[in-house]
Amino acid sequence: MKTDELVSLLAAGAAPVPANTVGHRFAAALGWGIPGAVLLLTGTFGLRADLLQAAGELTFWMKLVFAGGLAIAALFAAERLARPGVRVGRGWAALAAPVLALWLYSAVVLLQSAPAQRAALVLGSTWNSCPFNIAMISLPLFAATFWAMKGLAPTRLALAGASAGLLAGALATLVYALHCPESAAPFMAVWYVLGIAIPTVAGALLGQRVLRW
Amino acid sequence: MERIQDRDVRFAVQEHLLHMLLVLGLAGDASAYHRFLKELSAHLRAYFRKRLFHRPDDVEDLVQETLLAVHNQRHTYRTDQPLTAWMHAIARYKLIDLLRSNAGREALTEPLDDELEVFAASDTDAADAKRDLGKLLAGLPDRQRLPIMHVKLEGLSVVEAAQLTGMSESAIKIGVHRGLKALATQIRGSL
Repeated sequence: MKTDELVSLLAAGAAPVPANTVGHRFAAALGWGIPGAVLLLTGTFGLRADLLQAAGELTFWMKLVFAGGLAIAALFAAERLARPGVRVGRGWAALAAPVLALWLYSAVVLLQSAPAQRAALVLGSTWNSCPFNIAMISLPLFAATFWAMKGLAPTRLALAGASAGLLAGALATLVYALHCPESAAPFMAVWYVLGIAIPTVAGALLGQRVLRW
Repeated sequence: MERIQDRDVRFAVQEHLLHMLLVLGLAGDASAYHRFLKELSAHLRAYFRKRLFHRPDDVEDLVQETLLAVHNQRHTYRTDQPLTAWMHAIARYKLIDLLRSNAGREALTEPLDDELEVFAASDTDAADAKRDLGKLLAGLPDRQRLPIMHVKLEGLSVVEAAQLTGMSESAIKIGVHRGLKALATQIRGSL
């Protein structure tokens, strides 16, 4: 087939393309990814028994602000990485901000506490399961965000995959906060971040293979 | 100094024209879209020729593959974005993809430069593609091949194609869409 023939083929009967399909695709992905993660959480770990009481505590909301802020930044980055020739720009700083703020606050908390208490603040009572639980809850979200990215046109595949994984991980953390009984910032600074890192790294590795177009 | 400004102006005019044609094309104006793709193929050819000067026989294949990619991924273009940035990112991605996938094979096969140069010398503008998209198209399953044949090659409307094949209208649209995506996947597999 000659190139001119291909041009005619592609142009023939070309239908209008709806505006903002990139945004709609991510919206659709989160539309079934988040309920999927909530279902998975309630079906496996369940909600924390004292959820109503926890909702009155500052640390509970800190979790939501951290995970939510990270998710918004990840969505911003993913949406941009999904389109050729668009820079993430200030989005990188937005990604770093929630993590740096959490680390900084945790350092202050640790410094102000008695040395004997510090290990307990970091380890809590669920440190050895928390990262893996977050990674597991992120599975439906991971499938959803990768589906969204796969239908778009990322040109930096590892970064695009990582951003999709990060978005899944941050949202999974948001959902996992409904179960997680921990309330110390230093705990979150280590184990939540590690839990989010698992789908992020998996996304970077998988992206290079799966996201080609 | 004046020459550079002159070139910049021509470049800006060209981008403006292409942008306008693509915007019309995205709104469903098939003839504007046709002109966009035609102009684009000439630009892509020049771009790839310059960068694949030691293997000119790959240029036309890459032009075709990139055109197909632009078409399949055109929904990722936002009309307020500079067209050059979008286009350059796609062309560069496809070029790197080609170089990367051939890097291993290059070491194994001796390039047949002398013989190919004979054919290359007869090229004027668009060279013949090595890979025949028509053949790949013929290999698609009926539910994709028939919609593409009737709508894209014979110029029937979706309604007419649906009546002719007994498929539903949405199946025709999906068949065209998925068929062109499948074609792009096959090209990557055949590299």
